[in-house]
This record gives sequence, structure tokens and C-alpha cells, in this order.
Amino acid sequence: MTAYTATVTVRLKRGVLDPEAETTKQALERLGFELEALRSADRFEIDLEADSADGARERADEMAERLLANPTIHDYDVEVDER
Amino acid sequence: MTVSIVRFGGSNCDRDAERALEHLGIDAEIVWHEDGLPADATGVVLPGGFSYGDYLRAGAMAARSPIVAEVREAAAAGTPVLGICNGAQIGCESGLTEGAFTTNESARFQCERVHLRVERADTPWTAAYEEGEVIEVPIAHGEGRYEIDDDRLETLENDGRVLFRYCDADGEPSAAANPNGSKHNVAGVLGERETVAVLMPHPERATLPDVGPTDGQGVLRGFETA
Repeated sequence: MTAYTATVTVRLKRGVLDPEAETTKQALERLGFELEALRSADRFEIDLEADSADGARERADEMAERLLANPTIHDYDVEVDER
Repeated sequence: MTVSIVRFGGSNCDRDAERALEHLGIDAEIVWHEDGLPADATGVVLPGGFSYGDYLRAGAMAARSPIVAEVREAAAAGTPVLGICNGAQIGCESGLTEGAFTTNESARFQCERVHLRVERADTPWTAAYEEGEVIEVPIAHGEGRYEIDDDRLETLENDGRVLFRYCDADGEPSAAANPNGSKHNVAGVLGERETVAVLMPHPERATLPDVGPTDGQGVLRGFETA
């Protein structure tokens, strides 16, 4: 078994309104920053042990499918690194 | 006949639901989620509140708790299930109903009275109303914006599974009357069976005559007819 960190990033699908990101963007603008757009995402770092990077990825993928993301509104991606 | 009102840590409309149901003569009891769903439950309310502190997403944790698996089995077997506010979020997160309730367009918690148009009157939850009737009930949520793929929404609409829409006092589902940015002003939907319904507004807060309008009574009466 090898120790991995799987990083799951969950984002709203393109086209789904993100009022919190919009509010954050406006706050940055009030502070004088210039920006075109702002997207927010949730990032989960999961330490786990697995036989292979693919095995770690598969488990993190299932975690995203079943809980971390809501497929109705979210896309997600998974990255795996040895720890 | 006893309707089980499922209390999670963070539920806060469980007692309102109990009082409202009992006012209508419908026997109801609050059930702590860890105790499981009573075998003789004749109906289930998933009440409002902030179960699990809205961690991750509103309703996400409760939707994956063991009792909700039992509620899903009961729902599939025909037991009437009503999800209100946080209960609606739990319903969508658990797959009892389609779509998702997410952050209001305003990015704020909104607590106000709204008008709803009854889209269908031939369901247990709306049998007390006329189709197209406008009722007034309160909302109190920060994550009530109904989101769903356009194709899925069209299918839901074609299948008659949109139960309520936000509208103005004349019944027009206008953008101005949409409090949270919900797609097509959707405020409540049916599950696969019409004995399963979720809605963001609070019918149990519009039931007791002592506290104001009673337009929500008809929704709760669904437990008598379902």
C-alpha cells in the first residue's frame, strides 16, 4: 500500500449562477481591483492508502460522486499525488 | 395513523410541523433520526431547519443518514413524504425528488411571505386547492434557488411534477415575484410518486389561525388523502 493525497475540486457547472462568487467579485471591485470574472470552488484534500494511484483515484472519484459533489449542479476533478 | 416528523441535529421546524398537523387533527410525533423510522409511520415530514449545520451543502449530510434510506424505502412503497425547506433540500440531495436547492440569487437569507400558484390540484398535497389558485405562505431560507438541467426541467414540467411556482398576487409567475432566482419560478416539486413532494415555503407556518393566514393547511392535509 502507498500513501496518497487525493485532491477533489468541486465547481459549479458552467452556466449555474454563483451568487457568492458574484458578491465576492463585487467586494473586490469595491476594494479597487479590476477583474473580469471570479469563480469559486471547493477543494477537498483526502489522505488515503491504496495499491496504486488509480486505486486512490477511483475511491476519491466515488467519494465525489456520492457526497462531495452534487451532480445536478457540480462538476469535479480528482488529482492524486504520492504523499 | 401517525405521521413521523424526523428530527435531525439542527432541525428547528419539527415542533411547528407537529403543532400544525395536530391542529388539523392529524396524529404526528417527532422521531429522533438515530432511532430510525417507526414501522407504523403512515407518513413522513422532513422538517425545516439547518440539519448538520448545513455543512457541505444544505441537506447533504442528512440525505445520507440511515433514516433517510428508510424514508426512501417507505416512499417507494407509497408512504406519503413531505419535505419542507431544509426537508426539501434533503429530499433533492437524497434523490427523493429531482433537482437541487442552492444559494439564493440574492446570496442572502430571505424571510418573507410569498405567493404560490398551485400548478396541479389533483395531488394529495393540493387537493384542497383549485388548479391555478394563489396561496400565501412564508419562506425562510438562504438556499432555495431551484436548479436543474433545462432538459430535466422540461421533462418534469411535461410530466406535471411541478407542484408550486412563485407568482405575484394575480398568479403570474413573473421574475419580480421570484424571491430566490429559482428556474421557472419552481417552489415545489413531486417525486416519482405524487405521494412524495418537497417545497421551500413553509405550509406549517401558515396553518395555525393564531399566527396569521392559514393557506398552508391544504398541503398538510395531504397526509389525510395520500
